[in-house]
Amino acid sequence: MVPLSYYLVLSGILFACGVTGFLIKRNIITIFMSIELMLNGVNLSFVAFAARWQQLSGQVFVFFVMVVAAAEAAVGLAIIIAVFRTRETLNVDQVNLLKL
Amino acid sequence: MLHLILFSVFGLVCVAGAVNLLLQRHPINSALSLVVVMGSLAVEFLLLGAEFVAAIQVIVYAGAVMVLFVFVIMLLNAGVEEQTSGSRVAWLLGIPAVLAGMVIVCWALLERSDAGRAAIGALPGHPADIAQLLFHQFLLPFEVTSILVLIAIMGAVVLAARPESVERTKKEG
Repeated sequence: MVPLSYYLVLSGILFACGVTGFLIKRNIITIFMSIELMLNGVNLSFVAFAARWQQLSGQVFVFFVMVVAAAEAAVGLAIIIAVFRTRETLNVDQVNLLKL
Repeated sequence: MLHLILFSVFGLVCVAGAVNLLLQRHPINSALSLVVVMGSLAVEFLLLGAEFVAAIQVIVYAGAVMVLFVFVIMLLNAGVEEQTSGSRVAWLLGIPAVLAGMVIVCWALLERSDAGRAAIGALPGHPADIAQLLFHQFLLPFEVTSILVLIAIMGAVVLAARPESVERTKKEG
């Protein structure tokens, strides 16, 4: 038997790692990976609460989060490719104009 | 006891992978540590009894999404990231704020919450029951996500296409 708060703390730590990566990283691909890390942390808390309340809807929500994350990854990586094609850089500090 | 040991081992692997993602300077190393995080998270899902979620975590996240990431890193030939003044400001202001927020959340969860305890496989997560729920109660959201994925595919194709090839298709069409 493990207290469910341990699972929630693990999910909080993962989310905090994601936020930290989002703040300190300068490579646009790594920033994108930090967002995926945050989504994973949230998924863990969804499943933990589903176990707490014995509700299957928590797992269905995780399914939807994963679908949205997959769509986001596809579009985001396409945007990264388009940005790299025009700017020749992956550093977010050098991508500071909306204009192409 | 077994549950606690397995939870701690894979939880530590998970956190180590996440910290390694932050410390690595090359994107490909970050991507590989993200695969470690996702794999050990799948084990955590399995410990809670969510077999379906663990399976799609491995297939969709650790499989499809990470292959996409590694593919783009190699396609763009991404090198070691360079440090700039912006990252120094983020280090000085962001890290203490994130740490403070995390400590408060963890303290509240450990001291003040009454979330109960979970046995191994506590969730009644049979895939047939999830399908029942997904295709009856959540049918409309499911169909909406199919449209979302369709739009995402078309958007990815349009965004990643070379501008000159788009011009050519416009002229031909």
